[in-house]
Amino acid sequence: MAERVRLTINGVAREDLVEPRTLLVHYIREVAGLTGTHVGCDTSQCGACTVLVDGDAVKSCTAFAVQADGATITTIEGLARDGELHPLQQAFWDEHGLQCGYCTPGFIMASVKLLADTPEPSDDEIRIGLEGNLCRCTGYVNILKAVRTASRRMTEAGGAPTGGAAAGSAAARTAG
Amino acid sequence: MIPASFDYRRAHDLDEATRWLGELGPEAKVLAGGHSLIPLMRLRLAQPSALVDIGRVPGLDTIRVDGDRLRIGALVRHAALARSEVVRRALPLLAEMAAEVGDQQVRARGTLGGVIAHADPAGDYPTLALMLDAEIVTTHGSHPARDFFQHLFTTPLQPDEVIREVTFPVAAGPHRYIKFRRRRCDWAIVGAAVQQSDGGWRLGLTNCGPTPMRARAAEAALAEGRTMAEAALQAAEGLTPPSDLRASSDYRRHLARVLTRRALEQAAA
Amino acid sequence: MAVTQLIGARIQRREDPRLVTGHGRFTDDRSPRGCCVLQVVRSPHPHARIRSIDTARAAAHPDVLRVLTAADFRSVLHGAMPVTPSFVAEKRQVPERFPIATEEVVYQGEPVAVVVARDRAAAVDAAEWVVVDYEPLPAVVDPIAALDPAGPRAHAGAPDNVCWDVTYTGGDVAGAFADAELVVHGRIVQQRLAPTPIEGRVVVAEHDPYDERMTIWLGSQNPHFIRLFVSQALQMAETQVRVVSRDVGGGFGSKISPYPEDYLVPAAAKLVGRPVKWVETRTEAMAGTTHGRGQVFEADVAVRRDGTLLGMRLTQTLDVGAYCGTFGAFQAVAVYMAPGAYRWRGVEGRTIGVLTNRVPTDPYRGAGRPEGTHLVERMVDLVARELGMDQAEVRRRNFVTAFPFTNPFGFVYDSGNYHGSLDLALAAVDYPSLRRRQAEGRAAGRYLGIGLSTYVEICGFGPSAPTAGATGGIALVEGAQVRVFPTGSVAVYVGTHAHGQGHDTTFAQIVADTLGVPMEQVELHHGDTDEGTGFGYGTYGSRSLSVGGMAVRGASLLVREKARRLAAHLLEAAEADVLVERGRFAVRGSPASSRSFQEVALAAYGANLPSGMEQGLEAVHYFDPANFVWPFGAHVCVVEVDPDTGQVTIERYVAVDDCGTVINPMIVEGQVQGGIAQGIAQALFEEVVYDPDSGQLRTGTLLDYLVPTMSELPVPECSRQVTPSPTNELGVKGVGEAGTIAASVAVINAICDALQPLGIRHVDMPASPDRLWQQLQEVRRP
Repeated sequence: MAERVRLTINGVAREDLVEPRTLLVHYIREVAGLTGTHVGCDTSQCGACTVLVDGDAVKSCTAFAVQADGATITTIEGLARDGELHPLQQAFWDEHGLQCGYCTPGFIMASVKLLADTPEPSDDEIRIGLEGNLCRCTGYVNILKAVRTASRRMTEAGGAPTGGAAAGSAAARTAG
Repeated sequence: MIPASFDYRRAHDLDEATRWLGELGPEAKVLAGGHSLIPLMRLRLAQPSALVDIGRVPGLDTIRVDGDRLRIGALVRHAALARSEVVRRALPLLAEMAAEVGDQQVRARGTLGGVIAHADPAGDYPTLALMLDAEIVTTHGSHPARDFFQHLFTTPLQPDEVIREVTFPVAAGPHRYIKFRRRRCDWAIVGAAVQQSDGGWRLGLTNCGPTPMRARAAEAALAEGRTMAEAALQAAEGLTPPSDLRASSDYRRHLARVLTRRALEQAAA
Repeated sequence: MAVTQLIGARIQRREDPRLVTGHGRFTDDRSPRGCCVLQVVRSPHPHARIRSIDTARAAAHPDVLRVLTAADFRSVLHGAMPVTPSFVAEKRQVPERFPIATEEVVYQGEPVAVVVARDRAAAVDAAEWVVVDYEPLPAVVDPIAALDPAGPRAHAGAPDNVCWDVTYTGGDVAGAFADAELVVHGRIVQQRLAPTPIEGRVVVAEHDPYDERMTIWLGSQNPHFIRLFVSQALQMAETQVRVVSRDVGGGFGSKISPYPEDYLVPAAAKLVGRPVKWVETRTEAMAGTTHGRGQVFEADVAVRRDGTLLGMRLTQTLDVGAYCGTFGAFQAVAVYMAPGAYRWRGVEGRTIGVLTNRVPTDPYRGAGRPEGTHLVERMVDLVARELGMDQAEVRRRNFVTAFPFTNPFGFVYDSGNYHGSLDLALAAVDYPSLRRRQAEGRAAGRYLGIGLSTYVEICGFGPSAPTAGATGGIALVEGAQVRVFPTGSVAVYVGTHAHGQGHDTTFAQIVADTLGVPMEQVELHHGDTDEGTGFGYGTYGSRSLSVGGMAVRGASLLVREKARRLAAHLLEAAEADVLVERGRFAVRGSPASSRSFQEVALAAYGANLPSGMEQGLEAVHYFDPANFVWPFGAHVCVVEVDPDTGQVTIERYVAVDDCGTVINPMIVEGQVQGGIAQGIAQALFEEVVYDPDSGQLRTGTLLDYLVPTMSELPVPECSRQVTPSPTNELGVKGVGEAGTIAASVAVINAICDALQPLGIRHVDMPASPDRLWQQLQEVRRP
């Protein structure tokens, strides 16, 4: 029997009828139409499906949509503000923190939570924070750099998740 | 994959949960954090007929010290355990274990009660519960940990019985948990936990048998005044750990000894 | 070539804004209106005869449109799935493969039936209701056991399990062994690996019966080959089939060959009359997406006591799997690359392809070159050990130093500086002091190991003459089309496919430099067979830049030449006097007299053209390289092994790579870092395991197949040397696979070096703690 789910995704309130077995990730992709959240495994390993649920980084393949009733959800599509990239999005771009880009939304969402908890993480804290996400392309080197860079820019900008986006990007584009 | 179809009910309190579980029968399961159950359901290795969601039941996410016991609600999540100042003071070993469960996302959702009820011998909390004589308090009464972990994924919990809280003795003395694994986010291949309590050592082992294990021979050796290195040699006494893709049974027995020695030495240092 | 603005610049990727914001265009992100879901019913057995398939209950599900089996598909799919010669033209037996099993299943995960339903839940539910009656048959899952003539056959009724058995001889092998003062033997196992791109495979197909068009969206490294193969099977003209591969979440070789689902989904769309989508789960991927490696090597190396390498005899036993992968025999290149970076009097290599009841093997990042490199670099270390020489010294004594160099099998290494890269790498780690630290550590019971890997690889497939035969007719060149619009904006179509490599950026750098226009004016297109040149050859074997990039360069030069001729006409100057400088065409000696690229582009569509010139400003160029290209380098891995637990810790990883001219150093570093990660993953973590008795896959999820996370991998220290390739005008080679080719053996050599004082001679992969502990137990036993 279908269950009613009321929640907010990226600031937009929704109300839908879903089968209880509908996974949150399928709800996000297929009901809400937000396809930036990806699926990479069946067993909660890869983290490609990571979104924020009430501020926590959650693997949306390991939650039912009905469990998110009443929750506030942020997906990768909800990070940029007024056309300005979130500092993490900008840093992943600047530091070449992605290649195929499939795992990237999950990494960025997990990093958002990591930096919310630990604004200036050590490399080990970054590793521990992101070990729930698999990347097959980068060897993680530039993901580590990207999180460091975002942390630095966000700290310099006073911790707000805006600003800092433009910093360094122009230079990074041309520095040979 | 998607799970097989099931009925879903969200309980408002544990009485309601128990009543529904009774009505729905043994094919119904309790849903809390879902991090043990949902992956099994996605692979269709578990196909419960119904889920009773206790995730919103109030009062099950508290952490408090009550005399010489640390009482932890069944819905307390790994991340909350790891962060909790109360836990860090009353039973730091539990906070340290919690910080190494799974990964950031798993720690945000998985619960203490879920791990205890799942009774996977590769889980970390069951080891601590067993070695420290924790009590598992349920809707139906209370189970000492030594009677609770009966076999692989097997507990005395009735189909309509739900864990309310787990109580541990307060123990803030020297301690250490060494969780040996290939990837940091993995289950322990072998975990060795040591805690000094009431002047003596309690030693527990993760993933060394069908249930969590206590290294009693090594505990006794320490009590007799043997050195840590000597006592640790007896850590695998009586163990018949499983052989699987990660490790042979012999290697696990070896690890039980090596890790127990290291954990003792590091705890004492 | 001239110093330019963009080639060599660290330019941010233009692919990224959509990807970091969640607006990528991955195949599962779209569904045509009315799209159904297809679920595959797969064999749970490694080998069985199908007695019957009962589809009645599944077909009766209210949301199921059709349940289809081989009999249904035979009406729309014709012929067998393709197998190319690749590096072994002389195959003895190639089992015929239809995309869905008819009477016999030969690997766990082989399609047996499909369910097409209105939604995914119904498809999955109904698929469980399809009842297949199997008669299990004896299975063989070990390639060595499969060679036993008395053992089971992977295919019932086959004479044996040998797919091929060929020996290649280069140089004077007999003489080399006759002069040997020592022969060193080695046996090296290359475990099966699962390529594991994080995006699984997805196929969507829509059939239009009125215009007779089939559109197939899927994630492929190779869309034109997929169109070629699938259109033939559907008996449709290539013009009627469009294959579209937009953003692809990684390939690593596993998305080169056509898969059963690439045929079944479009065929189902035709049979059902609705668009159909299939999305692979990870569990399906572990069982059904091709694996890589899966080889056992035996080698003898003949040497002189001074460390001079004389000759090698080797046998590669390659686990082909249940069917020969479309490009599976490519992996035999391991034999051709076994000589490595060294001079030999002769090398003889035998390759045996063996059929087993496991999913086919096919190229996985490096494909044969990591195996060849691992073999020769291990053997060189074993030689050093037997002779009591330093590992670096044996390498130096035998390096190829003069280029071009023809290896024993006739391959011509185009350029190199092997001493240079090794010197740089050893300097970076301060090799002498590292050796001192190792000696001090050993005295204190600590086991530090230093592993070298001085690799050379073949890539840039490839010259037309050898590759046409390898694919069965299609020469691996590359085509590009450059179109300039009247406003001067430039569209580029190329037959390679980027799925993380950043071609939209690097190829645009080449075009922008060649035409002298801003990069923002250049737009790259790939992955849609309805666009661009008649054929595209895809991305694999580190070929995109040195073949595709050169096609882009060539087409751009044709456009530039036409523009220059037109500019000369407009400027009323002699063609020879018109120079191209930063997007302006100027007359030599009178720089004030010039035309911008935009002005010339507009004029190309006007009426004032030189006599004989047609309107338009566009060109097609197919680039056929004169040779392969030969990247090389030196990697050094430093490990510490815990002798009590067998745990390996990588302390340092230094890589010096030489891939010729670099277009974008940021992207090159990213490729090297990612490549090294996969090599380390093979060395320490990953292995596909089948139960030897039941034949069941035991590593069916990412819980059991250990892809390392950020916590397990080191940050490699990467640097570069630049030895341009003489094979192409830009001097470029390739870099997509170099890290993987080099890394596994650097790690294993380091582990063996660490454990040498404890009596360990060789370690196979993955060097897991339990494996090392077992080996240590064996040597400790009195």
